Amino acid sequence: MAVAIILLLVAIASVLFHLFSPWWWTPLASNWSYIDDTITLTFWITGAVFVAVVAFMAYCVLRFHHKEGRRAAYNPENKRLEWWLSVGTAIGVAAMLAPGLVVWHQFVTVPADATDVEVMGQQWQWSYRLPGKDGRLGISDARLVSPDNPMGLNPDDPNGKDDIVIQNDDLHLPVGKPVKILLRSIDVLHDFYVPEFRAKMDMIPGSVTYYWFTPTRTGTFEVLCAELCGAAHAQMRSKVIVEEDKEYHAWLERQRTFAELSSQRGVAKVNYKTGSE
Amino acid sequence: MVDVPFDTVAGVPPAEVGEVDLYHPKSWWTRYVFSQDAKVIAIQYSITAMSIGMVALVLSWLMRLQLGFPGTFSFIDPNQYLQFITMHGMIMVIYLLTALFLGGFGNYLIPLMVGARDMVFPYVNMLSYWVYLLAVVVLVSTFFVPGGPTGAGWTLYPPQAILSGTPGQDWGIILMLASLILFIIGFTMGGLNYVVTVLQARTRGMTLMRLPLTVWGIFTATVMALLAFPALLVASVMLLLDRLLGTSFFMPTLVEMGQLTKYGGGSPILFQHLFWFFGHPEVYIVALPAFGIISDLISVHARKNIFGYRMMVWAIVAIGALSFVVWAHHMYVSGMHPYFGFFFATTTLIIAIPTAIKVYNWVLTLWRGDIHLTIPMLFALAFIVTFVNGGLTGLFLGNVVVDVPLSDTMFVVAHFHMVMGIAPIMAVFGGIYHWYPKITGRMLNEVLGRFHFWVSFLGAYAIFFPMHYLGLLGMPRRYHDIGETAFVPASAHDLNAFMSVAALIVGFAQLVFLFNLVWSLFKGKEAGGNPWGAASLEWQTPETPPGHGNWGKDLPIVYRWAYDYSVPGAARDFVPQNEPPAGLLAQGAGP
Repeated sequence: MAVAIILLLVAIASVLFHLFSPWWWTPLASNWSYIDDTITLTFWITGAVFVAVVAFMAYCVLRFHHKEGRRAAYNPENKRLEWWLSVGTAIGVAAMLAPGLVVWHQFVTVPADATDVEVMGQQWQWSYRLPGKDGRLGISDARLVSPDNPMGLNPDDPNGKDDIVIQNDDLHLPVGKPVKILLRSIDVLHDFYVPEFRAKMDMIPGSVTYYWFTPTRTGTFEVLCAELCGAAHAQMRSKVIVEEDKEYHAWLERQRTFAELSSQRGVAKVNYKTGSE
Repeated sequence: MVDVPFDTVAGVPPAEVGEVDLYHPKSWWTRYVFSQDAKVIAIQYSITAMSIGMVALVLSWLMRLQLGFPGTFSFIDPNQYLQFITMHGMIMVIYLLTALFLGGFGNYLIPLMVGARDMVFPYVNMLSYWVYLLAVVVLVSTFFVPGGPTGAGWTLYPPQAILSGTPGQDWGIILMLASLILFIIGFTMGGLNYVVTVLQARTRGMTLMRLPLTVWGIFTATVMALLAFPALLVASVMLLLDRLLGTSFFMPTLVEMGQLTKYGGGSPILFQHLFWFFGHPEVYIVALPAFGIISDLISVHARKNIFGYRMMVWAIVAIGALSFVVWAHHMYVSGMHPYFGFFFATTTLIIAIPTAIKVYNWVLTLWRGDIHLTIPMLFALAFIVTFVNGGLTGLFLGNVVVDVPLSDTMFVVAHFHMVMGIAPIMAVFGGIYHWYPKITGRMLNEVLGRFHFWVSFLGAYAIFFPMHYLGLLGMPRRYHDIGETAFVPASAHDLNAFMSVAALIVGFAQLVFLFNLVWSLFKGKEAGGNPWGAASLEWQTPETPPGHGNWGKDLPIVYRWAYDYSVPGAARDFVPQNEPPAGLLAQGAGP
């Protein structure tokens, strides 16, 4: 009796916790409401199965609990029942998988009008790069990383001259415009993760990975690293600021290009050298 | 699948299985220390695994103290936190669960359940344990070397695992990899034994389709482990070469703390494929023995045959096979080609079908049973609750696009603890309460056992069920301190503190269990040979605990499957597998 009640309470408490606890996903700030919908659907299907199985167990424990003189039924198998249950399960699984794959297809298909934004991870900070007026990012190589060129951009690539380099600062994005986030690392694995955008992807040294999304509301969103990257993994933070077009462009105007930064650094170096001589 | 008479009773000769030449111990040392008896080796494996498991349990307390009360305990710094999670995960998955299920339960139960005198290669079996012990010693030594154990996470992903930004880069990672290599060598020696014993040393009449599901589970898990561990072995060797000799199997051109390294041309993703090619079957290497044990516990304690035995066997085999084509569902956000997601999501969700069949058949075994709520039965019920819960959250993480927001968050931590931490541990406990009387001749204390059960089950559920919602909220895993983060409400910290208190209480209950194991050895109630009235062969030994060679003069002859409970017309509510069908043929032969 007590065991059956406790089993049932476990199921009921789980459902009540799900419905009434204050802990739930952070409000969405991207186009990936489909992902949230798929999660909700999965919660419904799996929740129903969980409650059904536990309630059935509780009923069995209550009803068929050992009493003096009770004898179990002898019932080795029931082909029909087993097949029905298998088919029912297959349908439930398909009901979750099919929408999941459809949404995944959207997730991996980047719209043609998405703007490239590069995010570079290194222990333990984020840097960003936006294509300049030409709309193209220049090539980069970890071998070119130096104090003067922390993102390892190739100075000989004309496409890279006008790239906008953002270091030790937040990334700004215009609201309502799809962006393709190109992800790169120069040391270990990292993962550019903004909970409100739902999307995430590891960054791997030696390759460029990507995902895309469209920011749907303005605000400031915290960036975390979601792939263990060493001692200061938990402190690897930054911010993404999503704003209206006008403010975004005002911000963009204030940023420096790679060419500007290199010449400035070059000048600073020369001054330093002459000064010390 | 019922009482299938083996032969006409009179016509069965005593034993056609060739008598094996057993090694007979000549001294105390060869009887209890360098023993070649699978039962002694099983106990050695179990004690070693549980001892190192206690280390992992203490590490989990330290982690929970840090997470529940960040900043309070000055002796835990971020580096140590990473070392704790790494060692906790590695110990629990490999050195505790794998070793305990296969080395412990496998060694003890396989020969007894199939009616053999011992494993077929007793000497290799003994070596298997000693190499395992060496692996454990090497693992423990990392706590005492300069720099301490590795903090790379139990997945040991390069490049960070061997670079200087990660704790334990000096000695910790080298010894960790060496220990894994030793473990795999030791396991292979034991694993070959289990497989060959099941295939070759079954007694007369013990067909494959009469084996108890425990043997099916352990056997299939062992076959899988023999195929999966080599992937981890080569990954470990290659990573060790990258670390020691500067090869670049997994290391692309990269910068270490601002300095360009000599590495170049390797692939970090390759390591992940190798790791998870081992790592996903590993989940089922732990789960399948648990499935088998639970099937037997439910059947014995509900006094009813396991429902759908043949389907259960095929489900085990299907899960074993499918688990080799789902590994990359651990890598949906790893940066591998995104189109892999379609394939691996489909295979992963298909595996839910045979798994669900097993769950249905367990609960249908309860239906119209005669349920004795013994401690093993309680643990079996708790296994089903936690396994179903953890299995269902697997449908979130396996469905590629749902995994994207949840991957690398506390949701993943909650999921795998529920499904391959708590659930298999429930099976381990249920199995220990069930077979302890056979191993020692005494029952475990009932009151302590029930206390242990309720605190462990409800406490563990209270830790890991709410944890899913922290992940849904967006809290990443492997953070020693989430700190001031805009989207994390203050109440989430209270929930973390609650979970930590629950973890300490559950940890305390395990000490009660250990005390019970020792206390009952001397003071426990005498059990007799078959206290549960079980039908499978291990309960029919002439002596309890079984003597050297298990079966006295003649090997048992098997006439039926292991699940003849409550057979209509039979005098008792169980018919042992080795009971000749005389007088029962008429009544017991049809469903």
